[in-house]
Amino acid sequence: MENKNFNLVIVGIGGQGQITLMKILAQAALLEKKEVKTSELHGLSQRGGSVEVQMRFGKEIFSPLVFQAGADLILALEMHESLRALYYCSEKTKFLINRNLIPIPGQTSLSEEEILKAIKKFTKKITIINATEICKKEFGNEILAGIYLIGYGVYKKMIPLKPKSVLNAIKKLIPEKYLESNLKAFKLASASEAVK
Amino acid sequence: MEILLSKPGQKIILLGNEAICRGALEAGVNFVSTYPGTPASEIGNIFYKISKKVGVYFEFSTNEKVAMEAAAGASFSGLRSLVAMKHFGLNVASDFLLPLAYSGVKGGMVIFVADDPSGWSSAQSEQNTRWYAQMSHLPMLEPSTPQECKDFIKFAFNLSEKFQIPIIIRTTTRASHQSAPVKLDQIPRSSSKVPKFIKDPHCFSTMPPRVLEMKKELFEKIEKIKKISEDSKFNQLVRGRASNQLKLGIITSGISYLYVMEALKELTPHHHVGGGLPVLKLGFIYPLPEKKIKNFIKNLKKVLIVEELEPYLEREIKILAKEVNPKLKVYGKEGQPIEGGRIWKERKAILPQIGELKPEYVLLAVARFSGKKLKFDSKKHLEKFEKVKIPQRLPIFCPGCPYWFIFSAIKKVVDLNNVIFGGEIGCYMMTNHPVVNLQDYLYCMGSANGIAHGISKSTKQKLITFVGDSSFFHAGIPALINTVFNKSNPLVIIFDNQTAAMTGHQPHPGVGKKPEENGVEPIKIEDIVKACGVKNLKVIDQVNQKEEFQKALKEFLEKDEVSVIVARHKCALLEKKHGK
Repeated sequence: MENKNFNLVIVGIGGQGQITLMKILAQAALLEKKEVKTSELHGLSQRGGSVEVQMRFGKEIFSPLVFQAGADLILALEMHESLRALYYCSEKTKFLINRNLIPIPGQTSLSEEEILKAIKKFTKKITIINATEICKKEFGNEILAGIYLIGYGVYKKMIPLKPKSVLNAIKKLIPEKYLESNLKAFKLASASEAVK
Repeated sequence: MEILLSKPGQKIILLGNEAICRGALEAGVNFVSTYPGTPASEIGNIFYKISKKVGVYFEFSTNEKVAMEAAAGASFSGLRSLVAMKHFGLNVASDFLLPLAYSGVKGGMVIFVADDPSGWSSAQSEQNTRWYAQMSHLPMLEPSTPQECKDFIKFAFNLSEKFQIPIIIRTTTRASHQSAPVKLDQIPRSSSKVPKFIKDPHCFSTMPPRVLEMKKELFEKIEKIKKISEDSKFNQLVRGRASNQLKLGIITSGISYLYVMEALKELTPHHHVGGGLPVLKLGFIYPLPEKKIKNFIKNLKKVLIVEELEPYLEREIKILAKEVNPKLKVYGKEGQPIEGGRIWKERKAILPQIGELKPEYVLLAVARFSGKKLKFDSKKHLEKFEKVKIPQRLPIFCPGCPYWFIFSAIKKVVDLNNVIFGGEIGCYMMTNHPVVNLQDYLYCMGSANGIAHGISKSTKQKLITFVGDSSFFHAGIPALINTVFNKSNPLVIIFDNQTAAMTGHQPHPGVGKKPEENGVEPIKIEDIVKACGVKNLKVIDQVNQKEEFQKALKEFLEKDEVSVIVARHKCALLEKKHGK
């Protein structure tokens, strides 16, 4: 990974905190003196629509957008949304998925099996963790699932950033009121096991 | 927001729009006005929060035209002013923009406009605002990165003041909504200059015959600025490593430049910055550095133009090529149109005019253009992706949104097949969502009643129109008066949730201002409606007065004149945040 740029796509739905997660990872990359660029979309995102953010770090980064089939890692905060990110998926791409199915108004939801079957046509490198369930149980707050998910990614070396830099970035960016629970959720992920 | 005020010398990660704000502060901006619209909305949100602390006057104006006029007034008084808007906003303000170009300004004035290719945050249409620069003869700059957002706006303020002409900074969505580290410089202490409007009819009165002299003066300014454009480092030749034996080159600007550089890096990974082909990056969209461009193209066989939306640079460059290199083959968007990412055949355009560019579209185009083969088969991958069944998750009203109560009442008492539903811009444009399905037309702010009037006069069909509270103040009033003055009978429902919710909860005149913001009483929508001459008017809280709301719907649908229901209940997100 040393000389290669790292390309990350985070998908989910509005209100799951993708932009904050992206800011934390970007700050951590900056702390490690890496070049970093991110892309986010606003506007309708608050209304429960799909939200996708992207981030690239390493050396000599121009585009803030990841190439088609160019993601090293796709973080999905919701399972249906992981399918949308297949555009960025090659057989080398790793998928880190939160086991969380949020119904789509006016449409039939897909099952976990259907979703995984579709992803497996693109990559076999799939990890699923119960981030929402764990954060609900441990903190009574499912919004922390995102932090838990990046904690997992960082501690399991799926994201080439040091845990210490990410922790420092969290301290810098998360307001005092929520800091402790965010740090706890991040660290808790180090002991986590994948479901699949 | 505080991070924006960090000390000079630091490098911090900023969004393109945040960098615009920091750049304006570093340029000593005094006056900022806007009407909220994404992808430009951060500018207003940021100044709304920090303006007091930094000693800058800020306002959310009633619409973009008023915002631009206010910023011009500040500039006429000698202050530095910034006005920000999304692309449609410039259409609203354009009536003022063109004469403003003629008269020019005093203090530096920058107009920031963000286009939204792909319509990520926009209904209505895509728009290539670059042609406004040509039409108004106003200089336009286009940054590629957050660092350039900051650098360009500082430069723009100085250029504006030097030539007494407003400068437009134009971005597209990805330029505004990308983040990258930006190096900070000093924010000057607030100046001691006393603003004063100095009376001089020669300056700001655009009456003929003076107005034609003004046009001449404008042309003279542009000639001088053209020279600056020729020498500017913002129009920069980015050379590749190899000597250009292929006689190929690329001209690009804005966010597209980043895709070009990424593509060249991908195609020639062992080369240094930019790989083999020379790239001319244009920061000035108007006036173009014509000599620089001519020099660049005169010895080329083929040139590729990479830009978002319709081919503005491509057409300009074709004109320049006629003079210096008539045989030059210009590749870009003209020709038989293509969709992004699709295979390219000879004689077709190699980039799409519809939707925003993606790095892979540019990679494909550069590879074809320079005769390189890609290992990756993007078409095959795209087709595989398109086979995946992905349920669409459209944006929808929040749980607890007071608007749901309007829709359920309508569905209960209105004959949906025989009533036409006219929409407008705001959260309530999501009435096109299949679960609501109450939208027969949707255009710009203010248009719901304008169009309703025409349909009603032509067909006698009954209409219900949806107008937002902020939208009503923005452009709704003239159309409402027209329904009274010229007699038509739509039933107008004003969706008053006490905020401009869609763009991030900006305040509007209907909620007034808190004491700490110098206190202004709410300007009541019902008072305006009454003053417009509307006789059938009710203000109803549709959440707590369900029966009354249904009754009013039934009653007003029978009326021969226009009728208005102000459906007033606070946005659910605000209720959660501030309490009821």
